[in-house]
Amino acid sequence: MNASAHRAFSFRRIAAITGNTLTELTRLKVFYVLLLFALVLIGNSIFMAQFTFQQEFQVLKDIGLGAMSLFTSLLAIVATARLLPQDVEDRTVYTILAKPVTRFEYLAGKLAGVLLLLAISLLVMGALFFLVLSFREHTVLRETTQQMSAAPPEQLAEALRAVQASAFNPNLFSGIAIIYLKGCLLASLTLFVSTFATSTIFTIVVMVFVYFIGHLQAIAREYWLQTNGAGWITRIFLAFVALLFPDLQTFNLVDDVVAGTAIPLALLAKTATLGIFYTGFYLLLAWSVFYRKEL
Amino acid sequence: MMRFFLVLMSVALFGAARFPLEHAISTAHRELHLRAVDFNLGLREQLGQLGFVAALSGFRSLVADALFIQAHVAWERTEWGRVLLLFRQVTTLQPRAILFWDMAAWHMAWNASVAALNDSTQPRLALRIKAQREYFQVGKDFLERGIQNNPERPQLYEALARLYRDKYIDHEHAAEFFAKAAALPGAPSYEKRFAAYELSHCAGREREAYEHLRRLYDLGENERLPTLLLRLQDLESKLEIPLDQRIPDRVP
Repeated sequence: MNASAHRAFSFRRIAAITGNTLTELTRLKVFYVLLLFALVLIGNSIFMAQFTFQQEFQVLKDIGLGAMSLFTSLLAIVATARLLPQDVEDRTVYTILAKPVTRFEYLAGKLAGVLLLLAISLLVMGALFFLVLSFREHTVLRETTQQMSAAPPEQLAEALRAVQASAFNPNLFSGIAIIYLKGCLLASLTLFVSTFATSTIFTIVVMVFVYFIGHLQAIAREYWLQTNGAGWITRIFLAFVALLFPDLQTFNLVDDVVAGTAIPLALLAKTATLGIFYTGFYLLLAWSVFYRKEL
Repeated sequence: MMRFFLVLMSVALFGAARFPLEHAISTAHRELHLRAVDFNLGLREQLGQLGFVAALSGFRSLVADALFIQAHVAWERTEWGRVLLLFRQVTTLQPRAILFWDMAAWHMAWNASVAALNDSTQPRLALRIKAQREYFQVGKDFLERGIQNNPERPQLYEALARLYRDKYIDHEHAAEFFAKAAALPGAPSYEKRFAAYELSHCAGREREAYEHLRRLYDLGENERLPTLLLRLQDLESKLEIPLDQRIPDRVP
């Protein structure tokens, strides 16, 4: 190939690495175990007939979205943590980087593969979740219609509206979108950690800590801003924590979505912007470390 | 070493750059009553270490559900103290879930209160009545705190109105809370009727109640339900409304 014709950045090369990473990840047993676990959890929530329909839908949505959130976060960390060490161990990375592929393209392709896998998993889980919800909603609607067959049409219509309102609300889509954004952030951060980590286990352990600190970070920041009694050492420490770790509570709206709170589009857009910033920044950071890494 | 500090600096700089956006999002969350959970030592003691960590890690609703199911089991076993404790935890974890406040209040004011009144281990009626009224109060507290956390949703106002109507026989407050529920977006159409019914039982407010009921009556056939006609006729007699202004409908 003519060196001058070679482009410094190519989406096609990234797409090739993405496709390859996705294939590689879908062959992982852990992926199927996690997916199966999540699907069983979502599917199981159908067996809650002893509750009233409001209770049943509340629990069903909580378990469904909770399982999606847990699985997506776990998969984002576990799948990304093993990407680089595995490639080094299999020596695939040498074969790829010996070709005219830049290190940034390699990392971007790897990350895009994980993000694609997360999107596919969320689609599968989301489809099952809505299927279960819709099935239960139709059953409850049918039962309500039968029970209230003698009631005036206005009362029946109101009862059916109440069932529909407790079962489905469009904000569930916002909730799933935010779960995905959180997954993207975690995958990108894991990729960064894995560029300097010594092993997959080390990356996973670090990410578990980051996950917990990330959720506590907002509390730290509020404390930092509001408290007047804290000494300067405490303040510096809290500022350090707040600046260094991502605020994962920002992406923690599922609990409120399930409770029926409407998430305004502007807030969703701001959260999405923040998620994209985080993902892009950690990718750049991963590249800055990986760029000079001796393989 | 130099690279490590550069990376650390970049992370800190990015942290400072994202701060305004995160602050704006936090403000929006507060305005919308999102993430309204107060993670304090009290909650830590109530939930236990594992539950507290899970709640902090983004699985608040799952922990709340697990506790809610435990509360359901405790209710089936009529362990009222445990039901109360679990519902306190559930509502602390999920203050935006109307269902949990409503269920907590219902268990306390309707179920636990009846159990307390019929408690065969307590021979003194006065103490049984006292216990019953304490449970009414606990139910009312749940609803009032639920309203504080969800001021824009009509369901808990309605539940509080029902509690005033059925347990305290306080028509004045019942009318007030039915009316508050009716004024909120998404309220069922019957809230207005219920507010007027309750008002019709309040001594000294018969004229006001009559005007409310008459307005509803004039809205058309859909509003002319047996209770409305009955209450209107009763008020027409009390207020000595001239015969030509009275409603023609008669309840059989």
